[in-house]
Amino acid sequence: MFKKYRNIVAALILAALMTGITGGCSRNQQETGNTKSLTIKGSDTMVHLVTAWAEAYMKVHPNAEISVTGGGSGTGIAALLNGTTDLCAASRKIKPKEVELAESKSIFPKEFVVGRDGIAVVVNPDNSINDLSMEQLKKIFTGAYTNWSQVKGEKEKIVVLSRESNSGTYVFFQKTVLKKEDYTAEALLMPASSSIIQSVSVDKTSIGYIGLGYALDAGEKVKIVNIINDNSTDPVSPTMETVKNGSYPIARPLHLYTDGKPSVIAQTFIEFCNSAEGQKIVVETGYIPL
Amino acid sequence: MSNWKDKVIKLIFLSAASTSVLVVALIFLFLGNEAIPFARDPGIGELWQSRWSPVSFVKESFGIIPLITGSLLVTLIAIVLAVPFGVGGAVYLSEIASKGEKEFLKPFIELLAGIPSVVIGFFGLIVLSPLIKQVFHLSSGLNAITGGILLALMAVPTIVSVSEDAIRAVPGYLTEASLALGATRLQTIWKVTVPAAISGISAAILLGIGRVIGETMTVMMVTGNAARITLSPFQSVRTMTATIAAEMGEVPFGSDHYRALFWVGIILLLFTFALVLLSHRIMKKYKSLP
Repeated sequence: MFKKYRNIVAALILAALMTGITGGCSRNQQETGNTKSLTIKGSDTMVHLVTAWAEAYMKVHPNAEISVTGGGSGTGIAALLNGTTDLCAASRKIKPKEVELAESKSIFPKEFVVGRDGIAVVVNPDNSINDLSMEQLKKIFTGAYTNWSQVKGEKEKIVVLSRESNSGTYVFFQKTVLKKEDYTAEALLMPASSSIIQSVSVDKTSIGYIGLGYALDAGEKVKIVNIINDNSTDPVSPTMETVKNGSYPIARPLHLYTDGKPSVIAQTFIEFCNSAEGQKIVVETGYIPL
Repeated sequence: MSNWKDKVIKLIFLSAASTSVLVVALIFLFLGNEAIPFARDPGIGELWQSRWSPVSFVKESFGIIPLITGSLLVTLIAIVLAVPFGVGGAVYLSEIASKGEKEFLKPFIELLAGIPSVVIGFFGLIVLSPLIKQVFHLSSGLNAITGGILLALMAVPTIVSVSEDAIRAVPGYLTEASLALGATRLQTIWKVTVPAAISGISAAILLGIGRVIGETMTVMMVTGNAARITLSPFQSVRTMTATIAAEMGEVPFGSDHYRALFWVGIILLLFTFALVLLSHRIMKKYKSLP
């Protein structure tokens, strides 16, 4: 009876060992980082910018090796907490809960502001709407308004497009425009900025939000809506000027995070980002300099 | 000596074969381990609600009913569309097609099975969804039916190849007897061959369902991902798979949201597990046919 199972048990142990060995190998590779190499992970919004920085930096420092990946701000912060990235790019501030969790793992996130980003509200070019107030935007995205006629547009149903909830932009928009209320359950959650552009460019009745850089890149495919601030009647269009002087209301700082005091290469990289040359790249990639 | 060698080789092969058993067991263990704390703290009742809104400043809700209905609706549409094509194709290939036709058709069906789901999703986003929007006069083409049609494309090859084997396994004497009794070829196919192969065909359909319900990338790209309970194929839905894929990257480790996603995984796994078991039983039955 026992003998019957002996082979199977031995086989299971062998199989367990095999999976253990392959698991161990992949971990070892991640830990061979030295001061000359730097990994940056995080915000999809910032991935354009950080890649451009990394390329320019590596031109000046030929023996530096920087790898940049996206995945979302939260993904980056999680990676920082798990020790799998040196730098984390985040388009939102780290949450108190995450700081708490980090400290419990003896990781102390240090914040660096490296640029700013405007968030553009976009509609189809054929939509007659040009301006929307913050109040109207809130009502559209929370589902209080469901028809374009409620904001003096044509009599058609509004299709609300949002980013997925893993996006820093999603949380920021929820906080700033929706004043911390929930998005309407009717909102379509799109996996990427490019899918929002694609949908807005074909759906005449849809409205979405994307980083200003993406919106400007999209050109004729989308129309950028001018925003009317609370207590004001003047529509403001998102430009470098209006984001910089704060008159455009939907803008946020872009961050890099390190664990505790940055390493030498991380320090020089952050300094490079904040230098005149680094900030020139910020402008070139469609973001707003400090 | 050779006896000893035999034993070692046998053990190696046995361990290779039992790796999958071990992996399945480990997956169940791991999912359960991560999910169980949720049942204790917010309680399992939190899952049995109609609103999925995991990132909220007001109240986080983890009702998975809309995700389950979303998955079921998309799967139902896909199977309703795929079964006639899949079974019809299998009948044609195994009973009617000439050798040349078969040699021409088979590779294309196999190719269809090999198209990466992200490519199918891309096709859906750019080509099919605007078409669906236009044909049905919808406000958005990102909905359950777009997802269902694309998933049907992915289920057809599975259904064709498994049903074809089943039809081919029908003993020759049954069809010969039918023809000898004066039945036409078409009558023989529909009244004798297909009924004789019906358990194999059912298993094929179940495997097709399994393929469809676990599909992630395509549905994430084209169904709009709005988590609401609906039976209308023209509404946007959010599936269980898309929810896990979209949110797992960002979710704070160890949070309620994190644990809720593991529950979604467990339920998905139970669905596919049940499907595989069922098709296994049906397959067994059809093997014991005369």
